[in-house]
Amino acid sequence: MNQLTLSIIFYVFAALTVVSAAFVVFSKNVIYSAFALMFTFFGVAALYVFLSADFIAVTQVVVYVGGILVLLLFGVMFTNTIMQTDLKTDVLHVVPGTILLLLMIAGILYTFYTTGDWMPGEAQLQGSVVQRIGFETMSRYMLPFEMASIVLLVALIGAAFLARYDKVHNKDH
Amino acid sequence: MEMFTAIGLNHFLTISAILFSLGMFAVMTRKNAIVILMGVELILNAANINFLTFSKYNGGMEGVMFSLFVIVLAAAEAAVALAIVINIFKTFKTVDVSSVDTMKE
Repeated sequence: MNQLTLSIIFYVFAALTVVSAAFVVFSKNVIYSAFALMFTFFGVAALYVFLSADFIAVTQVVVYVGGILVLLLFGVMFTNTIMQTDLKTDVLHVVPGTILLLLMIAGILYTFYTTGDWMPGEAQLQGSVVQRIGFETMSRYMLPFEMASIVLLVALIGAAFLARYDKVHNKDH
Repeated sequence: MEMFTAIGLNHFLTISAILFSLGMFAVMTRKNAIVILMGVELILNAANINFLTFSKYNGGMEGVMFSLFVIVLAAAEAAVALAIVINIFKTFKTVDVSSVDTMKE
């Protein structure tokens, strides 16, 4: 695959990511936002492949699309009359919010582009990164890896405790 | 032309800046708690893109490992946050964050 095809594919996925993220944010319907978020996650996963982090891309698809997005959809269905339209706050309206959004993009990009030339290192990541992730997890990142499992267990118990059906509280309903 | 065809570090940084700002916009202006959560997920994804970009062009594994842990914590955060949102809905009968303004039932 030559350079031009690669960059065309990159731009397609970049456009998919950014446009669907904008749709998530500006859409008036929560369900539409949730489904647009799926495309954002897929686009970001494709960008991860461009960054030669194939394992992270697969994890992104499994965890975000298969887990978090389903969770968010369950949340939407539990808590909403599906076609609720009123999404804006009265704290900050859309027009000042959009101005702030543009200012923020401009500020971050200004910082990125003027901080200096980013010099790419001599040995960039190439090809698959799965084997190196395995080595790193079992050597240098052993403790964070084990702690992540404890955090997940605690979060699981905590979420189940918070969202359980409260018998005492709901007796009078 | 060279700037547009050779995909470099700046391309990824630009995308992550846009994603981060959109996420912040959702957190700042949306009423629905679930859309705010989606904004937080966008912010985390933007941070992940930055980690992986610098990891790729630096050649080290630190960014890759850290983005893995970010994904794990994002999953934990989404589970707990949705439990809290469902509790808020049970108590206040709404998920509108600007009408949740009392600390006792």
